[in-house]
Amino acid sequence: MIAELGHVALILAFVVTLLQFAIPMIGARRNDVRLMLFGDYAALAQLCLIAFAFTALISIFVHSDFSVKLAALHSHSQTPFIFKITGVWANHEGSILLWVLILSVYGALVPVFGRSLPLSLKARAISIQGLMGLGFLAFILFTSNPFERLIPVPTDGQGLNPLLQDIGLAIHPPFLYLGYVGLSMPFAFAVAALIEGRVDAVWAKWLRPWVLLAWSFLTIGITLGSFWAYYELGWGGWWMWDPVENVSFMPWLAATALLHSIMVLGTRHSMASWTILLSILAFSLSLIGTFVVRSGILVSVHSFAVDPERGVFIFAMLLATIGGALGLYALRANTLRARSSLNLVSKDGALVINNLLLIAATITVFLGTFYPLMVETFTGAKISVGAPYFNMTFAPLMSLLLIFMAVGPLLKWRSDSLTKYKSTLRKGVIALVLIAVIFGLFGKSGLGGLSLGIAAFLAFGTLATVGKKIRWGEVPKRESWGLLRAQPAATFGFIGAHIGMAIFAAGVTSISVWESSDLRELKVGESIALGHYEFTLNDMTPGERENYQFLGANISITKGGANISDVYTERRYYPVREMVTTEAGLHLSPTHTLFAAIGEGNPDTGWIVRVNHHPFVIWIWIGALLMALAGFVSLCDRRFRHRSGEKTRSDTLVIS
Amino acid sequence: MARIFRATWPLMALLFLAILFAFGLTRDPSVLPSEMIDRAMPEFELTDLYRPNVVYTQDLLLDDVALINVFGSWCIACEVEHPKLMALSRMGDVKLVGIDWRDTREKGQRWLRKNGDPYDLVIFDEDSRLAIDLGVTGAPESFLVDKEGRIRYKHVGIITDDVWSNILSPIINDLKAEE
Repeated sequence: MIAELGHVALILAFVVTLLQFAIPMIGARRNDVRLMLFGDYAALAQLCLIAFAFTALISIFVHSDFSVKLAALHSHSQTPFIFKITGVWANHEGSILLWVLILSVYGALVPVFGRSLPLSLKARAISIQGLMGLGFLAFILFTSNPFERLIPVPTDGQGLNPLLQDIGLAIHPPFLYLGYVGLSMPFAFAVAALIEGRVDAVWAKWLRPWVLLAWSFLTIGITLGSFWAYYELGWGGWWMWDPVENVSFMPWLAATALLHSIMVLGTRHSMASWTILLSILAFSLSLIGTFVVRSGILVSVHSFAVDPERGVFIFAMLLATIGGALGLYALRANTLRARSSLNLVSKDGALVINNLLLIAATITVFLGTFYPLMVETFTGAKISVGAPYFNMTFAPLMSLLLIFMAVGPLLKWRSDSLTKYKSTLRKGVIALVLIAVIFGLFGKSGLGGLSLGIAAFLAFGTLATVGKKIRWGEVPKRESWGLLRAQPAATFGFIGAHIGMAIFAAGVTSISVWESSDLRELKVGESIALGHYEFTLNDMTPGERENYQFLGANISITKGGANISDVYTERRYYPVREMVTTEAGLHLSPTHTLFAAIGEGNPDTGWIVRVNHHPFVIWIWIGALLMALAGFVSLCDRRFRHRSGEKTRSDTLVIS
Repeated sequence: MARIFRATWPLMALLFLAILFAFGLTRDPSVLPSEMIDRAMPEFELTDLYRPNVVYTQDLLLDDVALINVFGSWCIACEVEHPKLMALSRMGDVKLVGIDWRDTREKGQRWLRKNGDPYDLVIFDEDSRLAIDLGVTGAPESFLVDKEGRIRYKHVGIITDDVWSNILSPIINDLKAEE
């Protein structure tokens, strides 16, 4: 019964969404306020209906109702409670429903927060949100109904893929989707602005917090995914340049560019058409992210829902969405005037360079991800592009970006001169060289030293910018602290994000240059030495838990005879799925991670044990989370709220 | 002209990518590339897993229908597939040829000692020489070769009961009936 109710709710949502698309659009054209306001109510109604359907699906999973096909395929009566819930979105149908649910949440937030917006702009944006919801609801109803019944009813379900039975996965996709779908906001508003024929500072200022929000969620989502792959998949790496990782990274790069270009548009009224294109690009890449994972077009470990037929549907939808938006852009682009000439030595100039580098990085990742597909299309050969390509191309681009990140924020808007900052920059360069030489010599890696130096340069540049804002050294210290307290939240967001990036870069450098690992067959009592550390296999105990059997190994790690840590690693066998997984044992500390994972083996010849020493790896995720946190801090900025007074015509950049 | 380009370049870029994707979509990654179907087995010269002095070439696969199975001691899915191969070996319907891929002799032999050896013979392909020519993307992967030594079918992934009785077994019967 509940399944049918859920299905009906989805059909009703489809109808409501159709109206949400059509009526406000007509209203905006006729300038009819009542028709335009209809969109607000439709967006709220759509949210309620989809939330009901989603709750129904959760209830089906929790109650192990295996007459519903989805639950039978992806759950099991013995699955732990938490994984019954996360199992809802650990599959194709459920994850697309989650996608639409989040889309409707964002859609419903437009009327709540958009009171200060021009009525026609708001109506058109809500209408475009409706159109996207329509596409995805059609996709669900026609190709992937989550409420499909199964006859005859099986006695038990097939269980959730053991790889996905992890708390990291429980929260990774929802955050990723909050980010992906959050980018639908700039997209909808970009399209609405193109229809309106006007892109202005009001538009940019209203939209910026939404880009920030989506960006922060996306950052968290990717970070969790990376952490999950590190400790659950036991790959011994934090980033594999796996196609599915790449497709989540590309929208992030584009959103980062958008975050900065929209700042220029809001302050300097330039980069309007570029910002529109970035809005379209960022969301398009999010859609491609969904599309690539779901169609199996690129084969990788993540693609647990390979299904070309659905791929064709998503492909058509993707083409219509992006093609429609870019078509509209083609009609309007030439009427869009650039207002001011650009001075390269200025904050605007630095942000343009930032954008170019980020887009170059996006294209690099795009080529690396899709080049194998292109080669296969034209020659039939299957090839794969691995980490060496990305390290060769991506690392230099990022190093360059870090240097501009250090200098750019120091500069003033409009025009500035570098000679003013000579002494500051000199200090920064001295710090860079000093750190590069010290770490280069002691770590025996010139490149490693250089990267750490650049990270330090970024941290220094960021602090110098703050110093300039609070006039550190110019006025008495007490006054400076007062100025710091009076800084808007956005300043603290800036500090967090840029320092976070420096920490992240330092962490990445450490693990890339100074990691070590070994692999050996060990019997109980034997040990492996890795640098100063000794890993001893103490005992092996088999056992059985809720829904799997396991063989656990206690491994003790000592350094110079003193015990540092005992880690526990196990191999699990899930009978329902006939799958074996490895749980790695980790000793996390601020300075390093010691990692041990047990592989195949038997008591006679021993078990394969892999050990890794990863210096400072945890700072990768701390740096990334700091960036995300900084995004949320920026959102608290007062300037994002009382904005109705700023609605002046003079701010307007006209496309006529 | 420049004005038109300024307005339409994003659309043109999209069009280019769309064509690319459309081609990609029509190719199922698990299907043998069409140019390999009905081709002769690629040439190779590899040794037996147990006896390094015994050399096999593509001529090995003449005369009889064979199921070639790519595996490795490092491959977890192969362990799942293994009981099915053991059962096929007991039935003796088809010649089973193993390719021990990206492995060491010692580990490969130990793995087969532990799990049982279903193969009539095992080719040792440490450096992916044959695997690359066959376009192997992962293990396990299986190929059906006819009496003339031509590849006729490729299956990616585990041979389940379902795959065997609905796909592989009928093809083998057809291939055996061919003159």
